[in-house]
Amino acid sequence: MTATMTPYQSAAPSSGAGFVQLLHAEWTKLRTVRGWLFALALGAVLIVALGAGSAAGSHRGCGGGPGGQLSGKACAAANAPPTGPDGTPVTDNFYFVHQQLDGDGSITVRVTSLSEQAPGAGQRPQGPADGSVPWGTVTVPWAKAGLIVKAGTSQGSPYASIMTTASHGVRFQYDFTHDVAGSDTTVSTTSPQWLRLTRSGSKLTGSESADGAHWTVVGTATLTGLPASIQAGLFVASPDYDVVDDHIVGTATYGGPSRAIATFDNVGLQGGWTPSTWAGSQFGGDGSGPLGPPGSRFTQSGGVFSVTGTGDIAPAVGDPDNNTIGGSLIGSFAGLIALVVLGALFITAEYRRGLIRTTLAAAPDRGRVLAAKSVVVGVVTFVVSLAGCLIAVWLVGDLRRNNGFYVVPASASTTARVIVGTAALLAVSSVFALAVGTIVRRSAATIATVIALVVLPYILGASAIGPLVWLLRLTPAAAFAVQQGYHRYSQVDGVYTAAGGYFPLPPWAGFGVLCLWTATALGLALYLLRKRDA
Amino acid sequence: MEATIAASIAVQGLRKRYGTTVALDGLSFTVQPGQVTGFVGPNGAGKTTTMRVILGLDSVDEGSALINGRPYRSLRRPLAQVGSLLDAAALQPSRTGRNHLLWLAHSQGLTARRVDEVIESAGMEKAARRKAGGYSLGMRQRVGIAAAMLGDPPVLMLDEPFNGLDPEGIFWIRGFLRSLAAQGRAVLVSSHLMGELQDAATHLVVIGRGRLVADTSVAALVAAASGGRVQVRTTARLEATAVLAAAGATVAVTDVDLLTVSGLPSQQIVTLLGESSVPFSEISGHRATLEEAYMELTRDAVEYRASDESEPVR
Repeated sequence: MTATMTPYQSAAPSSGAGFVQLLHAEWTKLRTVRGWLFALALGAVLIVALGAGSAAGSHRGCGGGPGGQLSGKACAAANAPPTGPDGTPVTDNFYFVHQQLDGDGSITVRVTSLSEQAPGAGQRPQGPADGSVPWGTVTVPWAKAGLIVKAGTSQGSPYASIMTTASHGVRFQYDFTHDVAGSDTTVSTTSPQWLRLTRSGSKLTGSESADGAHWTVVGTATLTGLPASIQAGLFVASPDYDVVDDHIVGTATYGGPSRAIATFDNVGLQGGWTPSTWAGSQFGGDGSGPLGPPGSRFTQSGGVFSVTGTGDIAPAVGDPDNNTIGGSLIGSFAGLIALVVLGALFITAEYRRGLIRTTLAAAPDRGRVLAAKSVVVGVVTFVVSLAGCLIAVWLVGDLRRNNGFYVVPASASTTARVIVGTAALLAVSSVFALAVGTIVRRSAATIATVIALVVLPYILGASAIGPLVWLLRLTPAAAFAVQQGYHRYSQVDGVYTAAGGYFPLPPWAGFGVLCLWTATALGLALYLLRKRDA
Repeated sequence: MEATIAASIAVQGLRKRYGTTVALDGLSFTVQPGQVTGFVGPNGAGKTTTMRVILGLDSVDEGSALINGRPYRSLRRPLAQVGSLLDAAALQPSRTGRNHLLWLAHSQGLTARRVDEVIESAGMEKAARRKAGGYSLGMRQRVGIAAAMLGDPPVLMLDEPFNGLDPEGIFWIRGFLRSLAAQGRAVLVSSHLMGELQDAATHLVVIGRGRLVADTSVAALVAAASGGRVQVRTTARLEATAVLAAAGATVAVTDVDLLTVSGLPSQQIVTLLGESSVPFSEISGHRATLEEAYMELTRDAVEYRASDESEPVR
C-alpha cells in the first residue's frame, strides 16, 4: 500500500462524557424497560393498598353513648385516650382518697402494706374478673400506693406524686412521663415507708423517710397550670397483670386487670393546709364492675386507711393496633419487596444479558458506573416511595378514623420523620439490593438474599420480645425504626413489640444500621467490579 | 512519506490463563488505520478474549493493550475513540433497539439525533422501535454495528459481525467495512471463517491457541499459499518434463497428461515449451483461495483436530 492514510478524526461533538451523562444514561436505561416501571408503580401501590386494606377491613364500635351507637369519627373521638399536659396519650385511672386543699402546704403519710391480686392468679389465660374465679396474690411490679396532688378532676390534668411501688421502690412521678427513683425499699408491716408531698406555689417536692423523723427529698417538680385549689390525698393504682410467654416465633401474652390493696396510717396535713373530711372515689372511669362498688374500696378506722385501687397513672403504651402514623405504613414492607426486585434487576439483568460489558465499554470507570446506578435507583425509588407513603398516611389515617379507631396524633417533625424515613428506608434497601446484585450477579439469589436480610427479620422480629428482637438491632431491618410510633417508658411494663410501634433502636440509629450494611455491600461490589473480568 | 503514525490498536505480549488453560500466550500485533484487519483463528483461539482485554473488560497476567497509545480504561469518552461490537445478543429483550442506542448515546453526551443517524446508516429504521427480544440475529448485529458507530470513532472492533447475517447482509457489511477503512478508520474484524473476510479484509492477524500465527497482508498470504505453481496439460509428458527441469523448475506429475510446475513463471514456461516444440493444450496458474491459505497456516494451530479426539483423556 503506497498511499499514506490520515487517521480518521471523530466528527462526534466533543461534549463531556462525565458523571452527569452517566446518570442520564442510567435513567434512560431504567425508564425504557416497562417491567421496571411496573415494579416501581407496584411498590407505591403496595404501600398504600396493604395499609388501606387492613384499615378498611377492621372496624371498632363504640358502646352506646347517650344517643345510642356512635359511629365513624365520633366513635374515634370517643375512643381517644386522655392526653397529658404535653399531649402524650395517658392512662389516668386510680382510686383517690382526697379533699380539696388551698394554697401551700404539705401532706404526710405512712404506708404499712401493699399487696396485689389478680383473678385466677398464674392461670394462662387469666381467669375472668367477674368473681367466678377467686382472686389470688400476684406481683404487679408497678402497683402504686402513695400521695398525689392533682390539678383537677379531669383525666390527664397535671399532677405530682410520691409513692411506694411493689418492685421498684420509692418513686416521685409527675405529669405522666416523668419518673424519679428514690430508695429501693419494699413496704411491709416491719418496714413501713413514710412519704411526704409539699406544695409551694407551682413547685412540688416529694420526700421519703424510714422513721418519720429524718427526711430525704426524692424529687421536685414545677407544674404549669396548677390552680390555687387542688385535690390532694392518698391514691392506689395497679396496672394490668401481664404474663408473657416468648416463643421462638412470636409471643403469647396473657393479662387482665389486677388490684392493689394498701394500708396507710399517720395521715397528716401540715403548713397552710387544714384538714376536712376524706372522700374516696374512683378517678377516671366509672369504677364499677369487677372490683366492686366504689364504697367498699375505702375503709377508715382509727386512723388506719385501707384502700383498694386499680388502673395506672402513666403514659399509655401497648396499643396492639399500632394506630400511629408508622402503623399507617404497614404496607411499606410489601412495597419494599417490589423496589428491592427493581434494584436487583437493574444490575443482574445486565449480567444475565452480557449488557454489563456494553456498559463498562461505554464507561470504563467502575466506581462511576456503580455510583450512577446507585443514585438513579436511590432517587427514583425514594420519590416513588415518598408518594406512596404520603398517600398511605393520609388515606389509612382517614380510613381508621372513619372506622372508629383513634389515631395517635403526631407532631409535624414526627410525621416528617416517619414518611421521609420510610421512603429513605425503601430507597436505601433498593440500593442495597443493587450492591448485592453486583456481588452475586444472579437475580434470584440476589432477591432472596436481600429479602432474607431486610424483610424476614422485620417479620420475625415484629412481634417478638425475646432474643429475636436483636434482629431489629443487627440486620438491615433495624431501619424500620424510622416508623417508631411510641416512646418506651421504663415506668410502664407493657408488651413492647415492633408490631405495636416500639422498635429497639431509635429511628435514625436503626436507619444507620441499614446504611452501614449498604455501604459495606457497595464497597465489596466496587472491589469485585474492579477486580473481576466483566 | 509522512511521519509514522502510531498504530490505532497495539497489543503487546498479552498473557492470560484461566486456571490451567492458557488463553493468551504472548500475543502481540498492531492494527493500522485505513484498512480492514481480519482477526482470524479457530474457535477458542483467544479472539474474543483479546478484544475484551483491549476494551479493558478482562485483565491480563502480562502485557498491554493500547488504543492510540492509551489504555482503554483511561479513555475519557471511549465510544468516540473505539466503537465495538462484542456480543450481538447483549440486549435487554424488553427494551427497543432505539432505546438501547439512546442510553449509550446519553452516556457519551450524544443526542437522540445521532441515534437516528446511526439507525439509518445500519439500515434498521423499521425495527428500531420494536422490542429487541423479537429481533433476528441479523437485526441484533445491525443494532450492535449501529452502537459501534454512535461515537463516530476512528477505531472499530467487531467480533464475528457476520454471524447470523443473510447473504445480502454479508454483502452489505463487507462494503460497509471497506468504506469505513477508506475513510481512514482502523477496523478490526474477527471471524472464525476466513471465507467471510474475502473481499473485506486487506490485512490479516491470524492466531491459534493464544499465539500469533501470522500478521500479513491478504495479497502476500495468498501468493505464498499459491507458491507460484503452474499446471501444464500436455500429451508429451516426458519431453516437457525434461525441458522444464533443464530450465531449473520442479516438475511433478499430477495426472496422465498433467504436470504441476513450480519455480518458473507461466510466461517463461510457454516460451520454453514453444521453443522446444513440445505440444501443450493448457497452461494455468494455480491461485489458492483465502480459505486454503488459512487452512495451510493453521494446520498446526487448530486446537481441536480430529486426531486429538483419539488421544486418551488426561
